[in-house]
Amino acid sequence: MAAVLEADTDLTEALAEQVRSAAEVRRPLRIVGGGTKAFYGRPVDGAPLELAGHRGIVMHDPSELVLIARAGTPLAHIEARLAEHGQMLGFEPPLFGSAGTLGGAVAAGLAGQRRPFVGAVRDFVLGVKILDGRGQALRFGGQVFKNVAGFDAFRLMAGALGGLGVILEVSLRVTPRPPREAAIVLDLAPEPARAWLSEALRRPCPVSGAYHDGTRLHLRLSGGEAGVAAALAQFGGQTGPLAFWDDLRQRSHPMFAPDAPLWRLSLPRTVPPPDVGDLVAWDWAGAQRWVRSDRPAEAIRRAAAEAGGHATLFRAATPADLRFQPLAPAVLALHQRLKAALDPAGVLNPGRMYPEL
Amino acid sequence: MLDRFDPDVDPTFPPVDPRRLAAALGAVLPPDRLILTTEGMRPYEADALAAYRSLPGAVALPADASEVRAVLRVCRELGVPLVPRGAGTGLSGGALPYPGGVLMSFGKLSRILAIDPVTRTARVQPGVRNLAISEAAQPHGLFYAPDPSSQLACSIGGNVAENAGGVHCLKYGLTVHNILALQVETITGETLHIGSEALDAPGFDLMALMTGSEGLLGVVTEITVRLTPIPAEIRTLLAAFPSTRSAAQAVADIIAGGVTPAGLEMMDGLALRAAEAYAHAGYPLDAEAILICECDGEGADADDETARVAEICRAAGAVQIHQAKDEGERARLWAGRKGAFPAMGRYAPDYYCIDGTIPRRCLPDVLTGIGDLARAHGLAVANVFHAGDGNLHPLILYDAGKPGELATAETLGGAILELCVSVGGTITGEHGVGREKLNQMCVQFTAAELAAFAAIKAAFDPAGLLNPGKNIPSLPRCAEFGGLHVHRGQVMPHADLPRF
Repeated sequence: MAAVLEADTDLTEALAEQVRSAAEVRRPLRIVGGGTKAFYGRPVDGAPLELAGHRGIVMHDPSELVLIARAGTPLAHIEARLAEHGQMLGFEPPLFGSAGTLGGAVAAGLAGQRRPFVGAVRDFVLGVKILDGRGQALRFGGQVFKNVAGFDAFRLMAGALGGLGVILEVSLRVTPRPPREAAIVLDLAPEPARAWLSEALRRPCPVSGAYHDGTRLHLRLSGGEAGVAAALAQFGGQTGPLAFWDDLRQRSHPMFAPDAPLWRLSLPRTVPPPDVGDLVAWDWAGAQRWVRSDRPAEAIRRAAAEAGGHATLFRAATPADLRFQPLAPAVLALHQRLKAALDPAGVLNPGRMYPEL
Repeated sequence: MLDRFDPDVDPTFPPVDPRRLAAALGAVLPPDRLILTTEGMRPYEADALAAYRSLPGAVALPADASEVRAVLRVCRELGVPLVPRGAGTGLSGGALPYPGGVLMSFGKLSRILAIDPVTRTARVQPGVRNLAISEAAQPHGLFYAPDPSSQLACSIGGNVAENAGGVHCLKYGLTVHNILALQVETITGETLHIGSEALDAPGFDLMALMTGSEGLLGVVTEITVRLTPIPAEIRTLLAAFPSTRSAAQAVADIIAGGVTPAGLEMMDGLALRAAEAYAHAGYPLDAEAILICECDGEGADADDETARVAEICRAAGAVQIHQAKDEGERARLWAGRKGAFPAMGRYAPDYYCIDGTIPRRCLPDVLTGIGDLARAHGLAVANVFHAGDGNLHPLILYDAGKPGELATAETLGGAILELCVSVGGTITGEHGVGREKLNQMCVQFTAAELAAFAAIKAAFDPAGLLNPGKNIPSLPRCAEFGGLHVHRGQVMPHADLPRF
């Protein structure tokens, strides 16, 4: 049954007051959770709005597969609670340190290795409570999966980098842990591996991770006993440690050393690698490719766009560099109008995503 | 009645001379794609919420994106409202014409442009029927997962507008989880390419915002959908219960047990007896509730899951459990479920379908509550619904020929939706707000939240021409009809914001 837990750290009123007074004088706010993803996006020149103290699991109903927590709740805390009930966060948010919070994970919208197989961060968000740029607390969505009342403003908050609202609380759909998991490694070079995967994914198969480290293809399988056993028999390869996938998530792989520049190319998984520099690894069955390159940003972005995707400067040498692929003028104008609709004074993380927002 | 647009609480527009509108549309559309006669427009005066009817000023049937753009330009220049319409199977009056405005039908934009088995995607025009995508993908071992009951007729464009669900969305997700890219024409004259075949796009998640926006934000002219491999094996189970309460308990227990069935449907005694008489599905007539549960996957996994579901149902009090022996029997079990709505004709000339969603743990109490409300209003209610999602479809049975019965049915429907909201649920799980649930939006959302929706709408459509009077109620409407209890004349928050 639902239980109300840790109701003692609700800072809604104090945070709302900070936003209200900032809006009055148009003083920008820099929204801070655990600070682990400060490198992601452009720096914000503003007074910090600290969310880490606004924490606590508000509701976890294991039978309903729903968890509601305040934004400052550490992911580690949430995952420990879920694990006690044989559950997990299906979007497997990447971790950049132990202080990472739920609000930060949702605002950044970064999904882990399961992304191509189970969905994006926003696909697990059932509802949010936010502060808009006027300091009003608003609730969108709720705690049920099927909900089409009004616009999907709750999904819109995932990946918006705080620019449309300060996430105060998130209601999540959680996932039962699969009965069986296995990891295998196949000796396939990057391109043959991508081709092999494309073929394999045309039929139902329990793949929950497909990562290439530049030398070998790593697969994780999750599902029922029979499905995983059948896939193991069909795919062959060597058994690998499941811990490899935890390491990937913890970003302890050398590839994620905070050296800049590191580019993330989001592409259709079936397109050949664009000529942009050193492809160090790919993930998401080929839909997310990690590149080290000193080439001009414009050339990398153009190549990504021609391949049907976009490029993000994930780790930048110069913090103020443009991080995300520029938007088409009409789309940017729409973004500006949306931002103005929810944050008319422009105080919420201005410039974090784009200089114009 | 919500079929009357009320100038006090709905958006209004300066009148435009019908001859001027006809001439402007005639300049951009050939005569066979423009309907101006009352006779010709009759088929478009309602969607599947047939109690709500009104006539548009013109019906436009564009055949490509440039004609769509041209019609949007005419509407923008003349200040004429525009209502987009897919196949007209919607149940919330979302495609109800705005009187005197333009109704845009997507019937001529009905081509499947590409199916790619390697990327597992299909690129389609908005008028393509939902089922036609799965049929075209079938030779490649793929299907398009969201399957609303109306999938034979409903269009993918309408599915995007409504964020349609279906009987299998518990496992495979809603429309929003199964589309990758959209081409959108805006009323301000821009073509937007949203999303891509990559798994994300830069900027805000406009795909999520567009999906389910009920034609208020833009007009979709092309859709790229994700295709799913057809599961290896499918098992379908029928479990019969002596009470709705015990069946509802079984549903909560199945999900709590960590099982994610491909579909988990429930019908109460009234519904299952009507469906049986209509479709001869083989339902046990002495049961007070049945569950239809579908498990798919690798054969042995599907068997394991089916066995667990059977065990849980038995523990919850199921008196009979039967697994479909072959594809024919499986199809019959589903035919009963999918035919349940039309089957209601047996009990009453009219039914009114409600669409609230609630946390599954509340199913037993809410079903009891619906029964109590039905008795208090003197109308019968049959329940047939997506139990695994907690998505209720109470069917209120009434006779529109009897004075006052429709109004009573609407009052009862509103009370049921308010019950859903009170337990943490929502007024609509998959049918959309449309015209029908405008007043209940005032119960689910605060004035500030509705103002935020209005501001989002204005960011796309500053003049408020797209599908006006739908989905998001004006605050005066909430003051007059809804639960907001704000009063006209009182200072509203953000008086600078446009209202619609």
